[in-house]
Amino acid sequence: MAERPEDLNLPNAVITRIIKEALPDGVNISKEARSAISRAASVFVLYATSCANNFAMKGKRKTLNASDVLSAMEEMEFQRFVTPLKEALEAYRREQKGKKEASEQKKKDKDRKTDSEEQDKSRDEEIDEDEERLEEEEQNEEEEVDN
Amino acid sequence: MADLVVGRDKCGEQRLVSLPLSRIRVIMKSSPEVSSINQEALVLTAKATELFVQDLATYSYRHGSGKEKRALTYHDLSNTAEESETFQFLADILPKKILASKYLKMLKEKEEEEEENENNNDESDEAES
Repeated sequence: MAERPEDLNLPNAVITRIIKEALPDGVNISKEARSAISRAASVFVLYATSCANNFAMKGKRKTLNASDVLSAMEEMEFQRFVTPLKEALEAYRREQKGKKEASEQKKKDKDRKTDSEEQDKSRDEEIDEDEERLEEEEQNEEEEVDN
Repeated sequence: MADLVVGRDKCGEQRLVSLPLSRIRVIMKSSPEVSSINQEALVLTAKATELFVQDLATYSYRHGSGKEKRALTYHDLSNTAEESETFQFLADILPKKILASKYLKMLKEKEEEEEENENNNDESDEAES
């Protein structure tokens, strides 16, 4: 897959927001500084990926997982990231679990609804049958009267 | 994957990660030898990158000369790449800037040095024969 140069860059707006939130209010960030940080961030991703991949290969795995990324951070001397990353991982797992349960609940509700719809349908059919019988009886009565 | 894209969602709650996961994935996949990336690894890498951006910005600001002017400049960043061990991997992409005139002067001085060395060699050759 051929990547265009801009695909390897991160969106300016988001990078700028992260920088602004990290620095004290009112600090000006030059355009050059912003662009430099953005490039640095892309390089960081590559470095982290390569490092994490080494751990995956050591573990004879082809898929990078969370622990590979955490090990990479330590290797790259960004140990200070490990705790907040672990917290983020916990939060992410909880969120995923919540979503899964919500969609399973939805499915259950849907099934229950379909069941009750079928029940309603059969009840309607019964009513129709009753009405038919009533009509027949009435007809019979009329006939009798005629006779 | 659009789930964790924006900083705040429609309800105004803070999302886990602001950087777009799809873009992070593209960068990760451009790395040779990487076969596949599990979703958790992707989320953590995105989060780590955000922490990195904050870290680089604050470190550079605190240690930089732009502090007096309440500004963060390229110069602060290239200083960081040069002086901090943790950020040394950025040295190649955040080189120090140098005036063109200075660079030309450096080149000239180097040329003169090389010329001198050649002359010295010639003299010693003559002496031998």
